[in-house]
Amino acid sequence: MHIMEGFLPSPWWQIWFIVSLPFIVIGLYQLNKLVREKREALPLLAVAGAFVFVLSSLKLPSFNGSCSHPTGTGLGGILFGPCIAAVLGLIVLVFQAVFLAHGGITTLGANVFSMGIAGPLVAYLIYKAGTRAGANTYATVFLAAALADLTTYVVTSVQLALAFPGSVGFFGAFTAFAAIFAVTQVPLAIIEGAIIALVFKYIVQLKPEILTRLNLLSESTVQRLREAAA
Amino acid sequence: MKYGLEIAVAALIIVFAAVFLIEDAAIRATGEEAWGGADGAAADLIEASGYEPWIGPFWEPPSGEIESLLFALQAAIGAIVIGYIFGYWQGSRKTA
Repeated sequence: MHIMEGFLPSPWWQIWFIVSLPFIVIGLYQLNKLVREKREALPLLAVAGAFVFVLSSLKLPSFNGSCSHPTGTGLGGILFGPCIAAVLGLIVLVFQAVFLAHGGITTLGANVFSMGIAGPLVAYLIYKAGTRAGANTYATVFLAAALADLTTYVVTSVQLALAFPGSVGFFGAFTAFAAIFAVTQVPLAIIEGAIIALVFKYIVQLKPEILTRLNLLSESTVQRLREAAA
Repeated sequence: MKYGLEIAVAALIIVFAAVFLIEDAAIRATGEEAWGGADGAAADLIEASGYEPWIGPFWEPPSGEIESLLFALQAAIGAIVIGYIFGYWQGSRKTA
């Protein structure tokens, strides 16, 4: 999903910096609060961040003859909300922009928005809606993470289409970019959703008290999930 | 089903790998180059319209090997953190 260095002309790269900035600021504030008030959630935060590191480094072959990588930010979005996920995404994107020439410094704002904010926001909303509706927890996590991944790439297509409408206009350009990104991404999104659902299961088994403390699962749901796995 | 989710995920990955192999064989038969990055394909599409990137990366991995080293390093850092914390949780559950 990374828009490469120099591939967003002015004023678009500045606009995406401005759009992303408030989320990062709120994310830093929330992180600060989390560190002060819920210290026991810190290892979980590290897992969410590490997950983005692992997943976004894996370039997987997809079905249509091209490769792309999952984002991993859906897990952070589900666990901590989109603002903290934006900070996690920022760390990984800076790493990749500086060491790997993957993505870029000028396109950082746009990439943080698609991978760190839009995707996790979708994951967060789907997870909240799913748990409120009493849906199967792992199915909800799967759906949330898979759609977060897909959203990231749809947003990237929108960002590029806005900057490069060309002669075909926004919708024509969007279709062209979405054909490259989103189509490649559908199978990868499904894999990402499945893996994050699995990780969620292990968190429920090993450290369910953090999930109840973060108001992600009720005591009774944890009880039920653990009995099902026993 | 104790391992229901594990089985479902494993089945999904096997299907994914199988489709990849079939697809790859089909593409090879046509003799086309494939499995490039989608990021690069989008960049090509933009450059085809005559756009020149106004700034390039200030540093690039000097070769494909070094690039894959750094990608592997990135994955390793993440994997160590996940393994350490899950192991820590597992250990503290057993001794509690």
